Amino acid sequence: MKIKYYKNLEQIYNSKFFCIVFFFLPILLMVIFMKNISYDEIADKHKAVDNKRNHILWAFISGGLVGFFGEVLIEVLCRYFSYSRNDASSIMIVFFIFCSSCFTALGFFDKLVEKCRCGLLIPITGFAHSMTSSALDYKKEGPIYGIGSNLFRLAGSVILYGIVSAWFFGMIRYLIGGIG
Amino acid sequence: MYLINSFLFCGMICAIAQIILDNTKLTPGHITSIFVVIGAFLDSFSIYDFIIKKVGGGALLPITSFGHSLIHGALQKAESMGIIGIFMGMFDLTATGIVAAILFSFFFYILCKPKN
Repeated sequence: MKIKYYKNLEQIYNSKFFCIVFFFLPILLMVIFMKNISYDEIADKHKAVDNKRNHILWAFISGGLVGFFGEVLIEVLCRYFSYSRNDASSIMIVFFIFCSSCFTALGFFDKLVEKCRCGLLIPITGFAHSMTSSALDYKKEGPIYGIGSNLFRLAGSVILYGIVSAWFFGMIRYLIGGIG
Repeated sequence: MYLINSFLFCGMICAIAQIILDNTKLTPGHITSIFVVIGAFLDSFSIYDFIIKKVGGGALLPITSFGHSLIHGALQKAESMGIIGIFMGMFDLTATGIVAAILFSFFFYILCKPKN
């Protein structure tokens, strides 16, 4: 997609200042935030603080591993099966959705989610996990009133707010005139 | 370089979400919705395109890329069709994810029984 003022923006993004603000400031903020938690609640909730820190660490490592394997899969598909990068990324997303629904149906994905909570709920695996788990939970109530009406029970909010916000921001962008 | 970047970026987003989850009363449903809105907002000024160019596959996996690809498809279609293109092209890029999720959940609904 060619955009009129994209080149000017790109110059800003390529500057070192932007990289520092965007990639290193959140990490710094995270460290400061964690320190604040530990100093504030060290008096009576010492164990809870440790749990929180462990949760953050588990989320970071598991989410990072999910992203890492996604990138590995894209590289393998590009290099050895000669897909283009766009096709490889959509195949990668389908593969991850298949894996998470399969693991949810087999039953051990819930334990993994309990262990590293946001690390698996924020990537696209969480989306597929919520759909498959609601499909299996309402299996008793039959094909129409069970799965048919409850499939999007948890994942529907993502689609609803995604579409509303994308329409809203898209209209703003269109009316300002940033489309070439 | 893509590998390290995607590890750091994906992990950072998950860690931020975990901090929000631990320190407020929001449920995971709230947080995924918030992250989708953030992704759509970032792409409305093509910041997320730049992140994908730098990070690679790690930026396509978090739920923020769902909002990004919604608005990206809409704007791509709006380029050729005008204002009605925002309605037409909304699902162009996310269709693979949604269709795959629906199909696989239906297949496993037929094949498997709930464990608990």
